Amino acid sequence: MGFKDFCFRKSLWVFHFGGASCNNCDIEILDCLTPRHDLERFGILLVGSIRHADVLLVNGSINRRDRDRLLELYHQAPKPLLVVAIGACGCTGGIFAEGNTFAGPVDTIIPVDAYIPGCPPKPEAIIAGIARLAGKKP
Amino acid sequence: MAVNIFYFFIFPGLLFMAVAGGLLSWFDRKITARVQFRQGPPLLQPFYDFFKLLLVKETILPRHGSPVVFMLAPLLAVFGATMAGLFILLPLFNISTGFRGDLLVIFYLLTLPSFSYILGSVASGNPLAAVGSSREIKLVISYELTFLLIIAAVIMKSGQHFDLDTVIAMQRSGTPFIGSVSGVLLFIAAVFCIQAKLGLVPFDMPEAETELSSGIYIEYSGPPYAMIKLAKYIMLFILPALVVALLMNGMGQGAGILWAVLKILGVVLLLTLIRNTSPRVKIRQASGFFFIWMNLIVVIAIVLIAFGL
Repeated sequence: MGFKDFCFRKSLWVFHFGGASCNNCDIEILDCLTPRHDLERFGILLVGSIRHADVLLVNGSINRRDRDRLLELYHQAPKPLLVVAIGACGCTGGIFAEGNTFAGPVDTIIPVDAYIPGCPPKPEAIIAGIARLAGKKP
Repeated sequence: MAVNIFYFFIFPGLLFMAVAGGLLSWFDRKITARVQFRQGPPLLQPFYDFFKLLLVKETILPRHGSPVVFMLAPLLAVFGATMAGLFILLPLFNISTGFRGDLLVIFYLLTLPSFSYILGSVASGNPLAAVGSSREIKLVISYELTFLLIIAAVIMKSGQHFDLDTVIAMQRSGTPFIGSVSGVLLFIAAVFCIQAKLGLVPFDMPEAETELSSGIYIEYSGPPYAMIKLAKYIMLFILPALVVALLMNGMGQGAGILWAVLKILGVVLLLTLIRNTSPRVKIRQASGFFFIWMNLIVVIAIVLIAFGL
């Protein structure tokens, strides 16, 4: 592993995209940044602009309107970009998989690097997923 | 010539300021984390961030806007911060520049990063960046008068000397300026000015992550954003250093260097605590705060100086 990869792994900035979510995953993602779980000790920050992002967290079921937004965000992000699908809806569609407005799980729209299942996944599961992701080559 | 290049790039120039500023940035983040009962990032985190942005990430140019200005603005910010830092740090390290009047040059060079952020964000053509830059313009207009008055007060206190060398020498032969009533007032105003210059939380409306999603920096990615980070690290180091030079005795020899480091850390600690314990104010409140209260404090200090207090 070279110096570039090392720096990339040590400083993952996260941009959070919530689809048509029930907000449980959003709350659990925010839990990871609270004092108890403190993701900043791994260098992970939540950023406000997609131009600064290294990781795109996607949660919630992606409906037809979200699909265009998600694609646009993916194309706007600077490129070594890791995509993480969080929650049952992001990974497979969950209970919305047969819905009329459902536009497919995240990996049918953009390439996904890590899946964190659960409804919602516990913060520990999210941290474990991010730590595994940090070990992966971009 | 060679020694000047060494001064500019290595010590006390770009390299030294970047390393010191990065460490101070870690200190700031670590204190923030401890205030919030978190553990905080590792020591080298600012350098990981910088090298990741510089080496790994891709640069995206905005479609609407001027790419040349957009790309050159961060370099201008780094240049302005480095030049200002050079004029501040050379007298602080007792290296004589022989330049009488460098306080005014420092004042102008310190505005260069803010102006280049404004230029870059307007050149990006993003509406949120435009809102952020208009806020930054208003903020600059608010605090610059106070900052100039502080420098004028220090010049007056040192007996009409316009160079940092003499200001430091005057303090070292007598008492530090902060040891008087007017000095304390100037210090309070200077701390708030620095807070606004660095864009830390009570005055972070230009970037306002929650409402403008990084505002003036919204379109920057990759190496240009790394340059902006570098300029911010350097500013986080040289502005407390300027306060230490203007009001707190500068840096001596031997143990004096340790004292100066502690003074700079103390000023940064104060900035961090203010940042963590106050909410973001509206731009009108910030203007009123500087135009009325801070200017009033500095004018009182100037009057006190005229009476020799």
